Amino acid sequence: MNRFLLPLGIFIVLVSFLAVGLRLNPREVPSPLVGKPAPDFSVPQLHDEAAMFSPQEMAGKVWLLNVWASWCVSCREEHPILNEFAKSGTTPLVGLNYKDKREDGIRWLARFGDPYLLSAVDSDGRVGINYGVYGVPETYVIDKAGVIRFKQIGPVTPAVLQQKIIPLVQELNK
Amino acid sequence: MRILHAMAAVLAALLIVSPVFAKEATPLAEDPVVEQRLIHISEELRCLVCQNESLAGSQAELAQDLRREVRDLIKQGNSDQQIKDFLVSRYGDFVLYRPQFKPTTWLLWGGPFLLLIVGLVVLVSYLRRRSKLIVEAPLSEEDRKRAEILLKGEQS
Repeated sequence: MNRFLLPLGIFIVLVSFLAVGLRLNPREVPSPLVGKPAPDFSVPQLHDEAAMFSPQEMAGKVWLLNVWASWCVSCREEHPILNEFAKSGTTPLVGLNYKDKREDGIRWLARFGDPYLLSAVDSDGRVGINYGVYGVPETYVIDKAGVIRFKQIGPVTPAVLQQKIIPLVQELNK
Repeated sequence: MRILHAMAAVLAALLIVSPVFAKEATPLAEDPVVEQRLIHISEELRCLVCQNESLAGSQAELAQDLRREVRDLIKQGNSDQQIKDFLVSRYGDFVLYRPQFKPTTWLLWGGPFLLLIVGLVVLVSYLRRRSKLIVEAPLSEEDRKRAEILLKGEQS
């Protein structure tokens, strides 16, 4: 009886490791940018081509940067949640229209609602690379000093919003 | 006849579709040296969209953008290490197929050797324990004689 205990023990340990491993989301790669200053950029705005946007304009505010695109299916999923969030007026939400056509972006916002203070245009994806974007939508929480405090990869769910983003924003606003 | 029509339709459809495939052949860059280095560097980097493909082999849009970025960095005269550091600072250690040796990756690099050592220790201790279990029974004088007789009997 005893000789079976050790292999059984090893087997149980192995299975529990695999069980944990299978539940992890391989898409969620921890971002090295959390805790670092948000990379600077200066790009045109979506609704006003002549006006530029730079994160420096948001200095002194806690704000959210949401990377979206009209071709992005999961963005549709999170959009109603962002619309609700914008209505609550918790904190400003800036969009980054990532690798999209201007007309498509504007049409998309007209159809599904525009929760953004403004949207910046990253047509060739260079700002995205500086922010380590690899799966749109992505959302960053940036504090008053311009430091990235949180990154959500993939759509913002009500749970993430209620349990992580809103408490974090409130704490940063203190 | 119907089958022929169908085949003709499929052929025609293929002909219409084929220019789409042509898009994948990205234009060869001007500088073969830069291109060579680009391949060398991007083979060591992971594409984050299709995680089991290297940056060199992936056709994902992000991979194409990142190759363009790496190409620009090469042209600006950055070293391979600087380019890798650039990507690690944005996407994390996960982009490296060959992770650096540092406290968080000690177990990753050393784990196999650790398991090997554990295995050797278990093997040696098991063999020692087993050798103790085998007690040599000394032959009595009577047994020796019997054995001799038996051996002789076999020879003759």
